[in-house]
Amino acid sequence: MATTRRRTKAQEAQSNRPSADELLGYYRDMLLIRRFEEKAGQLYGMGLIGGFCHLYIGQEAVVVGIQAALEQGDTIITSYRDHGHMLAAGMDAKGVMAELTGRRGGYSKGKGGSMHMFSREKNFYGGHGIVGAQVPLGTGLAFAHKYRGDRKVNACYLGDGAVNQGQVYESFNMAALWKLPVIYVIENNRYAMGTSQARASAGELYQRGSAYGIPGRVVDGMNVVSVREAAEEAVAHVRGGNGPMILEMKTYRYRGHSMSDPAKYRSKEEVNKMRSEMDPIDNLKRILVEQGVIDEERLKTIDREVKEIVTEAAEFATQNPEPDPSELWTDVLIEA
Amino acid sequence: MPTEILMPALSPTMTEGKLAKWVKKEGDAVRPGDVIAEIETDKATMEVEAVDEGTIAKILVPEGTEGVAVNTRIALLAGEGEAPDAVGTLGVDEDLPRTAAAQKPKGETETRPTLPVAPVRGQEAGAPDATDEEKWFRDTVKMTVREALRDAMAEEMRRDETVFVMGEEVAEYQGAYKVTQGLLQEFGPRRVVDTPITEHGFAGLGVGAAFHGLRPVVEFMTMNFAMQAIDHIINSAAKTLYMSGGQMGCPIVFRGPNGAAARVGAQHSQEYSSWYAHVPGLKVVAPYSAADAKGLLRAAIRDPNPVVFLENEILYGHSFDVPTDPDFILPLGKAKILRKGKDVTITAFSLMCAHALAAAERLEAEGIDAEVIDLRTIRPLDTATIVASVQKTNRLVSVEEGWPFAGIGSELCAQMMEQAFDHLDAPVIRVTGKDVPLPYAANLEKLALPQPEDIVEAAKKACYRS
Repeated sequence: MATTRRRTKAQEAQSNRPSADELLGYYRDMLLIRRFEEKAGQLYGMGLIGGFCHLYIGQEAVVVGIQAALEQGDTIITSYRDHGHMLAAGMDAKGVMAELTGRRGGYSKGKGGSMHMFSREKNFYGGHGIVGAQVPLGTGLAFAHKYRGDRKVNACYLGDGAVNQGQVYESFNMAALWKLPVIYVIENNRYAMGTSQARASAGELYQRGSAYGIPGRVVDGMNVVSVREAAEEAVAHVRGGNGPMILEMKTYRYRGHSMSDPAKYRSKEEVNKMRSEMDPIDNLKRILVEQGVIDEERLKTIDREVKEIVTEAAEFATQNPEPDPSELWTDVLIEA
Repeated sequence: MPTEILMPALSPTMTEGKLAKWVKKEGDAVRPGDVIAEIETDKATMEVEAVDEGTIAKILVPEGTEGVAVNTRIALLAGEGEAPDAVGTLGVDEDLPRTAAAQKPKGETETRPTLPVAPVRGQEAGAPDATDEEKWFRDTVKMTVREALRDAMAEEMRRDETVFVMGEEVAEYQGAYKVTQGLLQEFGPRRVVDTPITEHGFAGLGVGAAFHGLRPVVEFMTMNFAMQAIDHIINSAAKTLYMSGGQMGCPIVFRGPNGAAARVGAQHSQEYSSWYAHVPGLKVVAPYSAADAKGLLRAAIRDPNPVVFLENEILYGHSFDVPTDPDFILPLGKAKILRKGKDVTITAFSLMCAHALAAAERLEAEGIDAEVIDLRTIRPLDTATIVASVQKTNRLVSVEEGWPFAGIGSELCAQMMEQAFDHLDAPVIRVTGKDVPLPYAANLEKLALPQPEDIVEAAKKACYRS
């Protein structure tokens, strides 16, 4: 996002409830992700984005709520459904979209694509394409925080599919053993590609760390306020040197696993019900209007601002040139 | 008849050790399981337990004796009804000490080749191999490969606070092969990290730490176990710099013993150089001598890229001259001419350099003057040095312990086709491990691994002398 919202000490002292300004900020941040992803889907349909493209629509409250609890220097890592995480981390929409279109102005100069983007500046460590691989990597970032004694934490996102990879438990073990500052955010959107949680995972996901003594908590991942509240608790626990924590976010993706997925493993009714009743953006908007925090005029202004950012990003991403052919041979090794 | 107590082998590669202490003395009664002596190798101190019941009749090797060969008789045990005094005089002076070789089945007299020391000095000025490397060798000290590797890590850890070592048994146990001996004592548990048996996990954890700018040295107990972790070595460590448009460097070293040790079977004996050398974004190093092990490991730790550092268990205990200069370091990507020659070029790396040098000596006796090149770094490969040699000898024999198909020798064949075709007077010949999983039986294992005579034969064939 253009700005990342961080709470002041005074705000924290006041109460755990987000202020009106903060809520507005979350609304805007979630809307930006929603509109960005819709535009990405559109550009994919036009053939401007290639390969795999995994959209985050429906899950916006998770990254926005987690980000609200982080501070400067905390690191973030996730899998391949990563556009929302990058925007939430404050990465520029133009650079993200240009990477999706494979242009030189993309975050990875067009050499990474949708699943492989990074920003050292924003402490975003990818963007990883192998299911579950980000979990030991994130645990390693947490190891680095502890090694340096910088009191920073890593937010390591994984899906309900990744939780069945062995390396996740190798990581849980080491993180608990060495009390590493990492929060494992399980984004349970109920489907690992086309396989529902019930068909793939025994037991409850938030309990997957219990054998290692890692506390776990289930969170309404469709409600940004619930997410933030849980994230603050987890961050305090982890930053306090108590070892890792697991947050299982109950969430939902509206689109298929990737652009080429017709999503026949679930009913239209199920999707429509989630969209109409549980949508994180609509629900927050309703509350904001009902509580008189925001009026229609202000809403329109925010909508317009977000639309402008996305339009500008799409224009940049379609007009920016492809990488120079010489880039084929760069960045393989760092010259020592 | 008295029972002979023999010097035991503590590991598949142990050939000799020190009889450190006798816990029992002559005349003492022992029962199975009693500790009778302590023996030491360069890796560990171990207790020797009695297997049979009886009385120690005669101690044949006094405590403090070094270099006692495995299977040497170290004591005699009198059984029930035997007078220890009488036993003590039996057969003591005959063929003592009985060595491992003497007890081998007939026809298997040679255990393993002795390792010739490479004649590195006296190279002609201006020769293609003349590097400024020799300046380091004015003052040297004899050191094992194991000690050289340890010193390289310790020196880099002293120099750079971000360097740390992690792996199974690297800290309190002092290293499964004692390569990390003493590091815990000097640097503490923060920087010398014992991991659970969890290769996939700790390799990924190391890569994550490297993304954040630390410089992990990740030890695999053997490279065989790194197959559990190869996704992180390749997908996470090697490719991320490219996929991030140059943002995410990964300064990490993955190291451990590679290839066959001795009689440990197929799953613990694979040679991985061609696997890792296949991957853009990785550097692959496989040193032979202790000096190279030290100089190249220091360079690998300082390198901003992921480096796979392939060691050899058999070489760990072998000694070489190592420069004493505290700044000694060698560049990655440079081969070394171990022996100058004009008739045929033999390339090798790691333990195979010893075989190549032994073969060169035998070839000399037959009037063939072989040039032996230690590749040292597999990727980036120093093809310039190989091509320059082939331009002189017009013949190339490639030696590697690994399998033939898509191996390092295959790559050298292709490189010579592309870069030295007009200079070749004979087809390039590959000497490799046989194309089978490594067998356990001693005779089959020997057949499966390249031997000096295989290299001699290949070189003669390249010279049309067979």
